[in-house]
Amino acid sequence: MNAPSEIRQAAMTKSNPMQTFLWLLKREYWEHRGGFFWAPLIAGGVVIAIALLSLVVAEATAARHGINLGGMNLDTIAHNMTADQIAQFNAGLTVGLMALSIPIMITLSFVVFFYLLGALYDDRRDRSVLFWKSLPVSDLDTVLSKVVAAVLVAPALAIAATIVLHLAFLILVSAYAGLHSVNPLPLLWNPAPLLAMWTKLILLIPLNALWALPTVGWLLLCSAFARSKPFLWAVAVPVAFGAVMGFTHLLQQLSIPSAWYWKNIVGRILFGVVPGGWFDIGGNGGIRALSTGDNVNIALDRFDLVNSLLSWNRILGALASPELWIGVAAGVALIVAAIAFRRHRVETSV
Amino acid sequence: MNDVSATTTNIVRARGLAKRYGSTVALDRVDFDIAAGRIVGLIGPNGAGKTTALKAILGLAEFEGELSVLGLDPRTQRTQLMQQVCFIADVAVLPRWLRVSEAVDFVAGVHPRFSREKCLAFLARTKLQPTQRVRELSKGMIVQLHLALVMAIDAKLLVLDEPTLGLDILYRKEFYQNLLNDYFDEQKTILVTTHQVEEIEHILTDLIFIKDGRLIVNASMDQIGERYAEVMVGPDKVEAARALKPLNERGIFGKTVFLFDGVPQAQLAQLGELHKPSVADLFVATMKGTYA
Repeated sequence: MNAPSEIRQAAMTKSNPMQTFLWLLKREYWEHRGGFFWAPLIAGGVVIAIALLSLVVAEATAARHGINLGGMNLDTIAHNMTADQIAQFNAGLTVGLMALSIPIMITLSFVVFFYLLGALYDDRRDRSVLFWKSLPVSDLDTVLSKVVAAVLVAPALAIAATIVLHLAFLILVSAYAGLHSVNPLPLLWNPAPLLAMWTKLILLIPLNALWALPTVGWLLLCSAFARSKPFLWAVAVPVAFGAVMGFTHLLQQLSIPSAWYWKNIVGRILFGVVPGGWFDIGGNGGIRALSTGDNVNIALDRFDLVNSLLSWNRILGALASPELWIGVAAGVALIVAAIAFRRHRVETSV
Repeated sequence: MNDVSATTTNIVRARGLAKRYGSTVALDRVDFDIAAGRIVGLIGPNGAGKTTALKAILGLAEFEGELSVLGLDPRTQRTQLMQQVCFIADVAVLPRWLRVSEAVDFVAGVHPRFSREKCLAFLARTKLQPTQRVRELSKGMIVQLHLALVMAIDAKLLVLDEPTLGLDILYRKEFYQNLLNDYFDEQKTILVTTHQVEEIEHILTDLIFIKDGRLIVNASMDQIGERYAEVMVGPDKVEAARALKPLNERGIFGKTVFLFDGVPQAQLAQLGELHKPSVADLFVATMKGTYA
């Protein structure tokens, strides 16, 4: 008589860990829909509004001065362009579109930074942590769901917003071209460079995530640890430490330049959530070489400035660099510490 | 009875449970057992150690000594424990951004013993709307939501920490009525702390008084009725009553009411009219001098 009911009991009480984790991610999304979903879209919307305004102003100015843009035929131009020139145009377009997405990436950085600072603090402050802890969810899963929300969910949504922005911008420019009887299709709407760029943005999410781990870990630790003002803990501790080291020249005594501390410690634990922070590490001479005018021209001549900025070589160089993996190890250690604090610290002093 | 059933009937077993915050002793090596199917009131003044004890049981704080809840160690097996233990801390711990529908979906998603049907049936009796956010709800409605979520979970132990704090009398009555009528049965155990003793004394089966980290009363309500008695004594017998060392005395309508602990009731009946003391009177008498 007991056997079937025991089996049913066992089946009923067995929770699916994967399902639980997805619900935890959904929970983070519900709470932070504004930051994760709307903020990047609004940033993109502002960019489009500025672009639209510029076009209107340009149009008005042109009309006032009697400048006629008509008669220029992009069709013919495209027809007469050499393969090199087309590739160059594509590269320029890609660079332009990437530049347009910078406001979204900056927004994402801020959103994720403050999300992480509040992730293990806000629910302690309003005591809702007691509700979350009354459910059969481990602290490990809770903290990991916040890590994944910060490094995968939020960036994926920001990239979705970026793609929407790119499409909206291309439509806007096309409409403007159309207004002047120019057919935008052959040049602007060449799918290959667009798809290549978007694919790369998506593929870079995991690398950005690995690079961000020290910051993620540090902010989560402060969030789990602080009884009040996690922001102050997160920023003041490394800055004060650096300042004291600076006054006392202690780091120099250890033959560590203080610039090294600010770049590799403070930079990594506070600014790691900025996408592409791994840019100038690993082989390829770094971004500085490319930022001089000559190199940009050379790169443009090679028709792939963006591809060289985000080249596979550079990505692999970053992946092979000790800086990245030392950071990953430090990030994991900080996350483990955050989980330990999460276990028993349920109160704030506010 | 074999060993297995003995361990399963005791829902909570504490031996030498202790906790100190710096130099303050919150719990001073207390022992207690809570059996299945009981409704236990854990009553004490502010700072007596109630919340510390509950936190230990729920695995929310570290402690010294031995503690087993449903045969599990709350320190290391909290996640498994929470499948069988539900918990309502005082009002307004539901996150303010959460919608009613999201709360139901989330608990249904992560809790294997949650019944969505039951929860929706409980919610249908209230004015709560699925799209409402917690921040739009009154305190009473938040507790209704929390209670609907918790009552839909088939748990063995329900821990309530000041669950009706700040609610009006209608919500408070409804809260305990729902618990008794639709939730409690012999398979379930409820551990409740509250300052509103009068409202729960008729539903309690057991009473634990805690003061300065020690348990000063730990008995079933039946035992309490046998052990404690109140006698209303006329002026002529006051001295005789005082000789029996009452716990407390207070004047009422020219007579004096004495509260006795462990004095045979036949002996007391000779002094005057016998009453069963209310938990509140018992509480006041035993906690005398707490804040002095």
